[in-house]
Amino acid sequence: MIELKNVRKVFNSGKPNEFVALQGASLTIAEQKLTILKGPSGSGKTTLLSILGCMARPTNGRIIFRDREITSLPERFLAEIRRSTFGFIFQQFNLIKGITALENVMLPAYPGGEKRLMLEQRAMALLKAYNLGAKALSKIEWLSGGEAQRVAIARAMINNPTIIIADEPTAHLDSRLSREFMEAMLHLKNDGRTILIASHDPLVYDSDSVDRVIEMRDGAIIAPGAAS
Amino acid sequence: MLKRHSSRFFLFIALQLALVCIMAVHAVERKAAARPLLLEKQALIKTLELTDLCLFTEARYTRHPAMADLHAPFQDGPLSFEHFPSGSLMPPQPHTVGNKP
Amino acid sequence: MIEKQRNIIDFTLSSLLRRKGKNSALVIVYTLVVALLASVIFFTHALRTEASLVLQDAPAMIVQKLVAGRFDLIPLAYEEKINNIRGVNAVRGRLWGYYFDPGIGANYTVIVPEAEQPADGTIVVGEGIARNRKISIGDLIPLREQNGETGIFKVTRILSASSSLVSSDLLLMSERDFRLFFNIPRTHATDLVLAVGNPREIGTIAQKIVTALPDTRPVTREEIGRTYDSVFSWRSGILIVILFSAVVSFLIFAWDKASGLSAEEKNEIGILKALGWETSDVLLMKFWEGLAISLSSFLAGLLLAYLHVFVFSSSFFQPVLKGWSVLYPDFTLVPFINASQIATLFFFTVVPYTVATIIPAWRAAIIDPDAVMRA
Repeated sequence: MIELKNVRKVFNSGKPNEFVALQGASLTIAEQKLTILKGPSGSGKTTLLSILGCMARPTNGRIIFRDREITSLPERFLAEIRRSTFGFIFQQFNLIKGITALENVMLPAYPGGEKRLMLEQRAMALLKAYNLGAKALSKIEWLSGGEAQRVAIARAMINNPTIIIADEPTAHLDSRLSREFMEAMLHLKNDGRTILIASHDPLVYDSDSVDRVIEMRDGAIIAPGAAS
Repeated sequence: MLKRHSSRFFLFIALQLALVCIMAVHAVERKAAARPLLLEKQALIKTLELTDLCLFTEARYTRHPAMADLHAPFQDGPLSFEHFPSGSLMPPQPHTVGNKP
Repeated sequence: MIEKQRNIIDFTLSSLLRRKGKNSALVIVYTLVVALLASVIFFTHALRTEASLVLQDAPAMIVQKLVAGRFDLIPLAYEEKINNIRGVNAVRGRLWGYYFDPGIGANYTVIVPEAEQPADGTIVVGEGIARNRKISIGDLIPLREQNGETGIFKVTRILSASSSLVSSDLLLMSERDFRLFFNIPRTHATDLVLAVGNPREIGTIAQKIVTALPDTRPVTREEIGRTYDSVFSWRSGILIVILFSAVVSFLIFAWDKASGLSAEEKNEIGILKALGWETSDVLLMKFWEGLAISLSSFLAGLLLAYLHVFVFSSSFFQPVLKGWSVLYPDFTLVPFINASQIATLFFFTVVPYTVATIIPAWRAAIIDPDAVMRA
């Protein structure tokens, strides 16, 4: 369970371009469910997502992760939690160009100091699971949109995370690929993982796989939603 | 095994270090081989009573810096040319500029 | 631990390879700077070491006569006063001078050797003279005398090429020929050469000579040896200016390269951070990047310099060193290398490079992963 208590995020505090991205959000996210953060751009979903994923710290408020307060943990511990518990899928995929799909998938695990051979095998298995076995040694630039998306998912899975976070994952995908994505997410949920997706795509938030939709607008939660 | 970048890099560095070792061995060998030649030069200096190495033959003070006097760099006239780069590479010796013992 | 380092090195190298052009340029420049500096250090040190070794048996003391600060012929009558000084074993007049050969525009050093003096009418020439004037043994060479006439001399011997560093421009002739040639009276000599019993007394003897003969200047063996310690001293004069400029421009280049993180590079680091890499991991990556470049360039530069100086006789320095000399010695130097030279080299190249790139590296490492989320 992830709890947010009065979390507030302000950018450029004190400066003329001060911007309040989140205004005192309080929330409890249940695990092993698929939760959607719905809202237009500028609503604060990305900010909320990055705080939930231990990528950013709130300006005010507290975060309690599995009964452990992590608000003021040093960066090292946050990074550790981030690496071992979370898997991220970004809007732009954010795959590193110029290296192979296989290497991209292995990247998050490098600092762990695992033996290269085992890591390669694991990464290969993941790519095969997403039908990318043949493309494992291709450079990212040569992959199609759908293939890149699946590499991004495979990369998110390399450290066997219990929580998947995706930010507008279907923004650059057509309907078929969007549906395929949601199927993949359902699959992961059934595996026992928690899924958190920020999206304003109806194909996502109207999907049957969804357990809860949280609506946001202008940095505040306007509809906390309930388990459907 | 050599597919990894790091392996190739280590190999490359190992190769360079090996070359450096070869270089060191070469240096030692050459020093040993040069010994008789050095002795020859030493002997020549002794028999001919030489005081300087034959490095720059353009001028008196560049050819025999140990023997140069105050006038030598100025040659015989104030408009004479400076010898480059030997004049710049060879600083005036303390015993030349008048630091008498 | 090792595995982690290897993983990071893998990624570092693939990063470097992805920007081949920029990084190749850096490595090439770095290597050349090291090679230049190393060449200078090797060259000067080898030369100075050789000089101090071969000049060990230089004359114990030379006494010159000075007139108004200028070198003048010394009267042989001075020998008596010097002989009376305790500790002086022998004193003798030395005859030597310069001969300008208009044919090839070169200066020769003419010497009358004490031992094995050439017979009248014959000369012994150094290898440099023989080479430049294409002389062989038995040739008859015309030399223009002081009085305007031309004397013909037969070459009986050519000094060895291996001794060219000390003998390249020497021309040995008999005393009679020398005095006639340069019009030097029998009462005088170029300077006086002394043999001393106890080398430690040289200083005292020199002082006594100056007291007894105030218009003379003694030059001791120690001073002769010290001359070549300061020649080519790379830590002073023109050389340090050149080297300093080379190193500083290189550092500016390195700093520029390191701190000009392109948007793409910044994004990449952001992605790594978002994926769970810590600041320390990114710093490690930057460290390995610096090390990979430094180590490769340093070793390559070292090898290049060694080849240049000790295999190719410093051919790149030749135009600079030759200057106006026509007789140019063969700089096949003996490799007198030691660890301290390498340490100095390391200190003047790798250390400044590392310092110059450390702050840009740190700035790169602290990039917020958050920035990547709001692409």
